[in-house]
Amino acid sequence: MKKIDYLLAGVGGQGTILASRILASAGLELGYDVKTAEVHGMAQRGGSVESHVRWGEKVYSPLVEHGMADYLIGFEMVETARWLTYLNNNSVTFINRFRIPPLLVTLGKARYPSEKEIENLLQSRGGKVKWLSADDMAKDAGNPAMAGVVLLGALSNLVGGGQEIWLQVIKHLVPARFVEMNQKAFLAGRDAGRG
Amino acid sequence: MLENIGNPFFKREETLKELMTGNEALAYGAYLSGVRVGAAYPGTPSTQIMEKFATFPGVHAEWAPNEKVALDAGIGAAFAGTRALVATKHVGLNVAADSLFYAVYTGLNAGLLIACADDPGMHSSQNEQDNRNYAKFAKVPMLEPSDSEEAKQFAATALEMSETFDTPVIVRFVTRTSHSSSVVDVDPAAVPPPVKEIKPYKRELGKFVMVPGYARRRHPVVEERIRKLREYADSTPLNRIEPGNDALGIVASGSVYQYAREVFPDATFLRLGMVYPLPEKLIREFAGRVKKVLVIEELDPFFEEQIRLLGIPVAGKDIFPIVGEFSPSLIRQAAIQAGILPAAVSGFPAAPALDIPIRPPILCAGCGHRGMFTVLKEAGVVVMGDIGCYTLGAASPLEALHFCGCMGASIGVAHGMDKGGIPDRLVAVIGDSTFFHSGIHPLINTLYNRGKTTTIIADNGTTSMTGHQHHPGTGYTLQKQPTVKVDLEGMVRGLGFGKVDVCDPNEMDDFRKILEDHLKSDEASVIIARRPCVLQSRERRTPPRIDPDLCTNCGTCLDIGCPPLVQEEDCVSINEAMCTGCGLCVQVCPAEAISQEAK
Repeated sequence: MKKIDYLLAGVGGQGTILASRILASAGLELGYDVKTAEVHGMAQRGGSVESHVRWGEKVYSPLVEHGMADYLIGFEMVETARWLTYLNNNSVTFINRFRIPPLLVTLGKARYPSEKEIENLLQSRGGKVKWLSADDMAKDAGNPAMAGVVLLGALSNLVGGGQEIWLQVIKHLVPARFVEMNQKAFLAGRDAGRG
Repeated sequence: MLENIGNPFFKREETLKELMTGNEALAYGAYLSGVRVGAAYPGTPSTQIMEKFATFPGVHAEWAPNEKVALDAGIGAAFAGTRALVATKHVGLNVAADSLFYAVYTGLNAGLLIACADDPGMHSSQNEQDNRNYAKFAKVPMLEPSDSEEAKQFAATALEMSETFDTPVIVRFVTRTSHSSSVVDVDPAAVPPPVKEIKPYKRELGKFVMVPGYARRRHPVVEERIRKLREYADSTPLNRIEPGNDALGIVASGSVYQYAREVFPDATFLRLGMVYPLPEKLIREFAGRVKKVLVIEELDPFFEEQIRLLGIPVAGKDIFPIVGEFSPSLIRQAAIQAGILPAAVSGFPAAPALDIPIRPPILCAGCGHRGMFTVLKEAGVVVMGDIGCYTLGAASPLEALHFCGCMGASIGVAHGMDKGGIPDRLVAVIGDSTFFHSGIHPLINTLYNRGKTTTIIADNGTTSMTGHQHHPGTGYTLQKQPTVKVDLEGMVRGLGFGKVDVCDPNEMDDFRKILEDHLKSDEASVIIARRPCVLQSRERRTPPRIDPDLCTNCGTCLDIGCPPLVQEEDCVSINEAMCTGCGLCVQVCPAEAISQEAK
């Protein structure tokens, strides 16, 4: 059973914690030992947030090492770029084509890098970069707040498990009235990620 | 009795596996061990311990106004013969320290578990104190789980220990054990033991009344207890040698043990589940077995210094930093630099240079604190801050706060600066939950000692930074039962303040008028700046519109630091998806270019 290390990066309030719990639970369902690490509290007020999720035969550390992430799941463009040092030449990055300008940018005191620059940066370690308009797809499924679930849908094609397992996990973790919507968002991501 | 310590007592047939955070697992373990009373004040990363505990049937769980009150309540429950759980973040134990120290002298009448979470790296704290020092200082045993399954088991162990040795027991977490999830064995059929009184409560002057005469007799009891606990540390399976290649022996505990396991898969480990008092015989045995002893511990050289005192040469803080949070990457890097591990062979090609803009936390769009800080900054007064979301009022572009130290410090420090000779009127800003935590006494002090400061209670009706917990001013308990809602205005007036005003700080003209009036006053005064937290009230209005013909792109509205406002080429725009329609930008625009439909 090969280890799989994930890093989920976004902005506080984007739902990285829920996504990391779905991913962790799916790993458990698939028979892996699983650990996660999240940060709560102050950083959640619109700041950079990251969650670590690790699957393996036996997982010790909840934190992923630099250069060891198999998958980087970026909920926002510069937040994805921020975690470059965790990638290697086999990593796959799923990046949401979505920008939330940091305050310094909205104030005109810093520049938001272009898509091309971010793409070049993420590819500089030799891994693959897959772009998704996850916010738009989530909006089509009912609510842009489900962008993380769309990204997980795309990722799910590469890490194993039939869609039933994932849909079941979503059902378990999402409040009842949002389950159908989230499953729809997941499947939209799963379809988009097959190519 | 001691043989059972270290093993959960509940049955494990048909166990299931569940993912839990360390916080959740500790609460679960405490519940299954028969804890029926819990008390805490919210504090990252410990908050979810009491939130989780409150969900179990048949327990009383409460938010106390502060950690000292929580600990006194936990001690009282244990005096009464009921097992109790108190949870706190590291700095909360400073607040509760007075109570911790007497409880170590008195001992208890039933198990008392104190779950205490440190925050190395300061993800959400004002310092990174290492609370293992409290164990030594207060002479209280301390356990440290390294994952969630251990958190569950250690809760049971700690309560057994507490009753066996008649002492509170601290279970120490760090952010990465509190907020990491891992697999926990769950038995759906497991239930707490039936309610039984361990010992009926009875009056015992020599044990419970810590006047000097009795306390002098209790101190030797404390010393004898620690001696016995030291022996216990040598026999408990909580501490164990995990054999590997004896060329390198690593001493570690908690999450750092897990990191080190990953970086040094072949080493021999001394894994410490009990971090105070230390197992001296086991340490000597370990040191005799391995060629080189390496202590890997976050923050202070707590193990290292004690092991050195045993006359055992060790490496530790000469290799690993005393500052900041550890990770497997950090440990590997430090070990490579020290020559303990070979240098990594492959590097990565240099990445193209790209400035990635930083993203510190900010006040939410529609936050009521924003209007308050905008007016305070405009007034140019010296503002002493406190701990909560409103601490973010120190950052650019609001830049209104001059100080943030610890919970409740704003009012007392403002008063001291006033007496110390700052000629301008001083202002203290403190949130409602923080005011109930530790703002009341300094406010009384200001009044009593004829101070002339203005205290602004930023009342958003919740404990927002930690995730919206109830407090004595919300009208609800932790377990969501309606209760008395403490009336802030009535309370402050009752203390004797004559100058008290209440207003919505988002209505800037009203707030400005009241502030100006208070700043001119020659008596101590209070403003209750009341606006519900926007994340809780979910109040939304239609976003304002910016008329591009009128907008001069002067940037005044950007100075309120509201995330939906974006500087474009020719004018400012509003990101409507993020905007809550609070209308603050409408009020600050000097060109009257921003308009909004009337309420």
